Amino acid sequence: MLDYVIGKYNFWIYAVLMMIGLYAMMGKKNLVKKLIGMNIFQSAIILFYISTGVKTGGATVPILMGHAQEHGHQAIDVAGYLNPLPHVLMLTAIVVSIATTGVALAIIILIYRRYNTLEENEILKIRKDTGV
Amino acid sequence: MAEQFPALIIVVPLIAAFFIPVIGWWKKQLCYPWVVAVLVVTFISSLGIINTIMTTGKFSYRLGGWAPPWGIEYALDYLNAFVLVIVSFISLMVAVYSKKSVEDELPEKTAPFYTLFLLLVAGLLGIVVTGDVFNLFVFLEISSLSCYALIAIGEEGAPIASFNYVIMGTIGACFYLLGVGYLYIATGSLNMADLAVILPNMYHSKIILVAFAFFTVGVMVKGAVFPLHIWMPDAYSTAPSAVSALIAPLMTKVAAYVMIRIMFTIFQPRFSVETVPVMTVLGWLSFIAIFAGGIKALAQTDLKKMLVYILVAEVGYIVMGVSVANKIGLTGAILHILNDAFMMACLFLVVGAISYRIGTRDIHKLHNLNKIMPFTMGAFTITALSMAGIPPACGFFSKWYLILGTIEAGQWAFAAALLCSSLINAVLFFRVIECAYFKPMEPAYANDGGETHMVQRDEAPLTMLVPIVIMAAGIILLGIFSGNIISSIIQFAVPASF
Repeated sequence: MLDYVIGKYNFWIYAVLMMIGLYAMMGKKNLVKKLIGMNIFQSAIILFYISTGVKTGGATVPILMGHAQEHGHQAIDVAGYLNPLPHVLMLTAIVVSIATTGVALAIIILIYRRYNTLEENEILKIRKDTGV
Repeated sequence: MAEQFPALIIVVPLIAAFFIPVIGWWKKQLCYPWVVAVLVVTFISSLGIINTIMTTGKFSYRLGGWAPPWGIEYALDYLNAFVLVIVSFISLMVAVYSKKSVEDELPEKTAPFYTLFLLLVAGLLGIVVTGDVFNLFVFLEISSLSCYALIAIGEEGAPIASFNYVIMGTIGACFYLLGVGYLYIATGSLNMADLAVILPNMYHSKIILVAFAFFTVGVMVKGAVFPLHIWMPDAYSTAPSAVSALIAPLMTKVAAYVMIRIMFTIFQPRFSVETVPVMTVLGWLSFIAIFAGGIKALAQTDLKKMLVYILVAEVGYIVMGVSVANKIGLTGAILHILNDAFMMACLFLVVGAISYRIGTRDIHKLHNLNKIMPFTMGAFTITALSMAGIPPACGFFSKWYLILGTIEAGQWAFAAALLCSSLINAVLFFRVIECAYFKPMEPAYANDGGETHMVQRDEAPLTMLVPIVIMAAGIILLGIFSGNIISSIIQFAVPASF
């Protein structure tokens, strides 16, 4: 059992981080904490993707040394190279995550200017009192 | 030229969006004609695509010339060409409409508004046109991010509604992304057509089941499928009126399209229906959604809030049509994507026009509206009849197919829910129509110092009225020609494996 956990520890960390993020987004009352939860959640997914690309045993970046074109018959040893695609996908996901954080922070500023607080229950109370 | 349309339909609005800040900085009035011109180009492109498909069959576009499954492929078939036409037409109409309402509601923010507007349209078109699951995620986020910002510039309460939407929308998008990741681990492919070939051999695998679960939940959040719709009522009802008229009909419909795509193209119907009981669950959830949406709508006095809750029920119709998973039910669901996009767009446009002219959306304050805004209220009445399912308006036909589909699947409870919801819709809309047409003006307002107060006719401005009238005419025409639409497009859009 312990080997099972340790052997795939990055996936366990991914699952734990994702749950922490999900809890913060659902359970926390402070809007900035919710946002940080969202960031943890997204980082967990990035960790997951990166972990899927890992190959142990001396695998390296997929730059073909020598003249691969000329030695077309020579088969490329797949075990020797990492799959770069999950990493590349995550570059895009990082951009998306930063953009989301930016938009969310801008909205938080808007909320703070209007209600002078970032606690969800206080905002709800203010909105109830003003009758909107 | 024709073979470049799939790329043009994305690239034109995307690039044009980044010119708007420059144009707005130079001359603010030019933003509006620029946006309308761009959307005319996308609409023509979508017509070109559907024309090509109807004459020569489905085709695909390779971005950068890279062959699938390595490169990104834009795969065009009847289903997404059909949705493309809907998206580009409705966004064109809303853009035409937006002139006065933006001047009224967001006078300082014209250029940012139109930039986001075009980005949102580009994102929605991209979701529909792409044949690559990761590319779909990117477009999903483009449309969602611009949507968050557009909602946040709305009225009182909009920022907090928008923030809740950011949180929920990100969870949805991340679940979708995880689904993509799990599929990629199992298959090593991101191309939809390629996945559809590889997956059937792996249907027993747990990874595939998890991926399917993530996809379903992610798309349910994005499409506001009950019970994951909780972010939607506030977000859509506080957004500026041009924005609600764009996102309410389109975001939910595009998500419904993605759902159909995932369940019946990437996965085969036999997996979605037999391996996991997801269809039963979705069917009963939409059963609850239809009643919950209708009952919540009855409790609202704000016209826009009422429409938003009706939208929850309308999404329920489409999901119900998907969940019965037979040819007739799915025909109904796809037809309802079209019809509901038109009806919702028309209703939200009307509400925007009413609040522009009258300054209120309270149902009980709409006295004599038929005299003040006869054409707008005429359009509203036509749409109301369509929502209640009265032929020849288009709402009747899609509901007819949906009911036939549920009966064929032996789900009598679902058929009863669809019929009941027609009655609920009738009550909802006739409540408004009664107030606007038949209720006499209250004495306090009517007798202004003993004089009889004459109601001034004060119709919405022409840029608002023309889209409203076109949508209302469209609702009747779609109803009359729904047989042709089904026989020439939708019957081919239903996946062949049925």
